[in-house]
Amino acid sequence: MRNAFAEELTALASEDERIVLLSGDIGNRMFNDYKSRFLGRFLNCGVAEANMMSMAAGMALCGLRPITYTIASFATIRCLEQIRIDICYHNLPVTIVGVGGGLCYAANGATHHACEDIASLRILPNMTVICPGDAWEVRLALRAAIKHKGPVYIRLGKKGEPVVHEQVPDFAIGKGIIVREGSEVCLFSTGNILPLAIQASEELGKKGISAQVVSLHTVKPIDENLLSEAFSEFSIVVTVEEHSLFGGLGGSVAEWLADHPHQKAGLVRIGTDDKFLHEAGGQDYARLCFGLTPETIAEKTWRAYQASVSSDVT
Amino acid sequence: MNLVELETIVRRIRSRLVEMSHKARASHLGSSLSCVDILVAAYWGALTIDPKNPYDPERDRLILSKGHAASALYAVLAYRGFFSPDLLDAYAKPGSCLAEHPSPGCVPGVEVATGSLGHGLSLGMGMALAGRIQGQSFRVFIVMSDGECNEGSVWEAAMLAPAQRLDNIVVIIDFNRWQATGRSCEIMALQPLKQKWEAFGWSTHEIDGHDLKALVESLRNVPDGTGKPVAIVAHTVKGKGISFMEDDNNWHYRIPDADELRRARLELGVL
Repeated sequence: MRNAFAEELTALASEDERIVLLSGDIGNRMFNDYKSRFLGRFLNCGVAEANMMSMAAGMALCGLRPITYTIASFATIRCLEQIRIDICYHNLPVTIVGVGGGLCYAANGATHHACEDIASLRILPNMTVICPGDAWEVRLALRAAIKHKGPVYIRLGKKGEPVVHEQVPDFAIGKGIIVREGSEVCLFSTGNILPLAIQASEELGKKGISAQVVSLHTVKPIDENLLSEAFSEFSIVVTVEEHSLFGGLGGSVAEWLADHPHQKAGLVRIGTDDKFLHEAGGQDYARLCFGLTPETIAEKTWRAYQASVSSDVT
Repeated sequence: MNLVELETIVRRIRSRLVEMSHKARASHLGSSLSCVDILVAAYWGALTIDPKNPYDPERDRLILSKGHAASALYAVLAYRGFFSPDLLDAYAKPGSCLAEHPSPGCVPGVEVATGSLGHGLSLGMGMALAGRIQGQSFRVFIVMSDGECNEGSVWEAAMLAPAQRLDNIVVIIDFNRWQATGRSCEIMALQPLKQKWEAFGWSTHEIDGHDLKALVESLRNVPDGTGKPVAIVAHTVKGKGISFMEDDNNWHYRIPDADELRRARLELGVL
């Protein structure tokens, strides 16, 4: 995802001279092409995220379109107040790009995990939160963010994620993309875990359950029309995210459900538990610890589906 | 405008600030009084601004990073012609655009919302860098408090500006030696403040923050030819101009009663 971001950013910068890239001392070689063409519009801000966010706000106040780039945990919680006041309170067109959303940096320990970033930014007024599901969505999200009039947080995975979309999808902020059609259960996935949600739908298919998969890339504003349709048409709606069960996609959908009761479908939330991981291990291991595997997603969905079917019978 | 006229404006504004605090029952009067000379010197003596064209992209920018002194900024902007001084009567009252800390775009002349300390310098650096990227020659003035230098983000910004060779930016530290609950040099090891900024790579000057002539000369002299960002340590007195408030930190939060307002006006010669 990060290479797609760097490529698309470089293309955008040649079209729009208001674009400025602020890096928190990462992405060294990734931005070589960008820097070779737009050196005056590149700024390594050092390991100083608070200053970076406020500077981006100052630039936006002068008509530029700053894009900040650093590791998701440091791009969000570390400098949350600067984002809240300088960027969101002023409602400025700053694009905050966090690389390594969720457990991408699992091997670096919980300091580098970003399982609270969506929740932290989603509560800020004026903020839009986008978690692209593959490289195509990264490119389209970046283009949409630059056109957007207010602040946007784009949560990237890292590198090497499978490209899900076989052709360029229709992308709009706040509109989910149906990736697999299905009729009995609906999996809403946000961000880099999308390939696992698709695999889970295949597991469900083996059990004879038809599962729809949606890339709900925009967590805020949530796609209320799509939620409304899904909760009235399917038996079970499942949210899948590499993020805390609190305040992310699952939290957001649960809030919507509380405001729109008496739906046909029940909700199953799949995400990370309310705990820090202390042991070593890469992303696959960390996902296993939190039950974020296609098998576990399918199993939890299947159980909820069975329960709903049996309650229908009684 | 000559210095005598500027001094008259300073006294009128100080008097107005005491009245605003009294009427609105709003605190931070001591902090507002300590930076009046700095703001008057900047807005009448140094900034390239036009109150009739407050959003000119080429204008100099001033950020009051110590947002708790907002009443001083509002009064200065009003008397300088950015908006009617009548608006000051509603200061901090329910529904007024003039809150105790400025909100974004509240009135012409207020560049940014401040109130949480340690943001203004970074915001100003973003503006200064934007000016450089866009080929504009405006300057950015940031007024900070000494207590504000407790914030880590100040020093993140202080370390980056010289590396970027930003010379179109000036920080004025309103060094009144108090913060909310005690002496700023005792709560943290603030001193030697001038040497700290020098060590961070800033061209640093130390002046009397109530000497209008010295303030105007220092503020006009930005960029100062060193190629470095400029830091001015301005020695001030909290509660300046009113004898019974000067250097008394009770006036960080205290609100003047009717008799104190009368005595303050009498001392300032503004009735």
